[in-house]
Amino acid sequence: MDLLLQYCINGLMLGMMYALVAVGFTLFFGVLDVIVFSHGDTVMIGSFAGLATYWWLHAFYPALALGWVALLVLMAAAVTVAFLGVIVADTMIVPLRKGPALNTLLATMMLGTVLRESIRLFFPDGSNPQTFPALLPGWSWSSGNLTLRFDNLVLFCGGVLIIFLIHMIINRTRLGMAIRAVAQDEEAARIMGVNYRFVVLATFALGSVVAAFAGVMNGLYYSEINFGVGLLLGAIGFSSAVIGGLGNIYGAILGGFIFALLQTLGAVAVPFASAYKDVFAFGAVIVLMAWRPTGLIAELSSQRV
Amino acid sequence: MNRVAVFFSGLPGCILPALLLLAWSSFFLTAEDQISVFLSLISLAACVIVAVRMRWGNVLRDSIAAHERLWDACLIAIMLALLVLFREDHYSLFLLGTIMAYATAVMGLNVQLGYAGVLNFSCASFFGVGGYTAAMLMAGTGLPPLLTLPLGGAIAALTGCVLLLPVLRTSGHYAALVTMAFALLFRVFLDVSEWFGGPQGIPVAPLTIAGLDFSRGISWGDTEFSFYLKYDLLLLLVLCLAYSLTRRLERSWIGLALDAVRSDEVASACFGINIQRWKITAFTLGNFLSGLAGALYAMMLAYISPANFTFADSLLFLSILLLGGIGNIQGVLVATVLVVIIPEKFQVIQEYRYLIYSALVLLMIVFRPVGLLPRKPRVYTGNPA
Repeated sequence: MDLLLQYCINGLMLGMMYALVAVGFTLFFGVLDVIVFSHGDTVMIGSFAGLATYWWLHAFYPALALGWVALLVLMAAAVTVAFLGVIVADTMIVPLRKGPALNTLLATMMLGTVLRESIRLFFPDGSNPQTFPALLPGWSWSSGNLTLRFDNLVLFCGGVLIIFLIHMIINRTRLGMAIRAVAQDEEAARIMGVNYRFVVLATFALGSVVAAFAGVMNGLYYSEINFGVGLLLGAIGFSSAVIGGLGNIYGAILGGFIFALLQTLGAVAVPFASAYKDVFAFGAVIVLMAWRPTGLIAELSSQRV
Repeated sequence: MNRVAVFFSGLPGCILPALLLLAWSSFFLTAEDQISVFLSLISLAACVIVAVRMRWGNVLRDSIAAHERLWDACLIAIMLALLVLFREDHYSLFLLGTIMAYATAVMGLNVQLGYAGVLNFSCASFFGVGGYTAAMLMAGTGLPPLLTLPLGGAIAALTGCVLLLPVLRTSGHYAALVTMAFALLFRVFLDVSEWFGGPQGIPVAPLTIAGLDFSRGISWGDTEFSFYLKYDLLLLLVLCLAYSLTRRLERSWIGLALDAVRSDEVASACFGINIQRWKITAFTLGNFLSGLAGALYAMMLAYISPANFTFADSLLFLSILLLGGIGNIQGVLVATVLVVIIPEKFQVIQEYRYLIYSALVLLMIVFRPVGLLPRKPRVYTGNPA
């Protein structure tokens, strides 16, 4: 029973991380109808930016309280990644979207490789896994096999808060209305006076900030970061967004938790080889796609002839 | 028609680029020190930039289309000349073999994506299915080795059938996800499966045809030929077969149906074309070609591991197709040479080669998204202008 609960808690943490990555995918798809596959590597950049900030703070302001350090690390990661997202969108993705969708997909995959290799080559000792500092107090409560960590609780609540904020931004602000308008019909939105370029860039900034949070969360949760994590994280985020139905934020969140559930199920079902959990999860994704070809919460679209 | 176009449409216009290609590739393959590698790369880059600027790509493509037999003969002659030139050099012969194996696999991808428009992000996985089939069959059964080649292709095609249902039902990004998930799944599966040797991989027995052992060199008079030469000749034969099959397919009524399915599913369904049937045909045939190439490549490699068939390799195959110009198999040949050879020679600046390579592909997609030699639209009037 305890073990099962522990699996549930780990699954929830994973699911929150995947959901935050998937939200970025689905936001970008909403406004531009493109898949930005380098988003997984953006998450990785976020955690490395956080680590660099921590090193800098540690070297120059060693007396700073841990809470401030955590906040500054998070903000620095968010700003760096938002900046990166805006530049990538403005120079590459908006110009490319006139071409076939495959080109954008392939170009962003190549961009992901460029980001990954840049970290590996130019970050100090970047080719080895880096220890991520524990910025949150390490209190924990355990009974039997079950261990509840305080920092996990904080991270989970932070994730819920982020999701709530996105929900508010999309549904309750003028910017959110503009994003929804562009997602629905770009031309009509322009005619109604929406600043298209601003909305697209703001969406990329928003999605990237969420990715930065996911990156820092990834670092804090595993207390180790690795330059190569972006590819798998990108694939998982993309899968989650697609399972839920592209363009739908709640679908992406649902998809993230479903993917974590599948992985956990795989780990529980074949305990002797936990490595099979990814095989199981991706296999299940393929089956899900055969069953619901446009995701669980399907896009509302009709085929024009 | 300007003067360049006139030149390229004549006979010397075919021979000259072919000779240049031969000279460049032999120089590049022998280049050992950094200076000559850089020199040849810079000269190539200059050629490509000039060609793109002056729009010679399209002119060259038209010339190839007009003198196809001549060009095919030229290419085969170049390959044979290179093989003779490097008869003792294991590494260069291995690279040439890799080029031909990859080109065959990309021919398969071209049937899927270029003709029928079926997205496949797991080409390297089917390549790998072929390789692992060859390894397992040669180790476990007494089948004649030559038979394992088509069997490798057949098993790859059968494996592809697992994906048929989701591939047929989905489209666009959703279809991309299905094959991508398969590529990731395949790699992880090979990594953890004891039976297939795990992350260390398994050895592949060498090919023997009628008592001729492919793992031994040939000595003829004073010259000692590398054992890769035999594999290269067989690969050349397979590539020629795959090439002519694809070319004939493209020109036949089947190719026409595939083109129709790719460009507009609804319209072609209205004209009575069975979309599902042609998508299945293209997907299975493409996987067969990839698997066949993979089986032969694995035998040449003599040892395969999951690291040979990752998602990144599938991306490599896709970028070859995109660089060459989707749907144009002559473009595929050129692009394979560039994509395989350049990273290998970047060993000099080894650390940075993936960075430079992906940045180059990225720039290519941004600045010339149609590829080096884009495919020509079909001509329906009797006399192509």
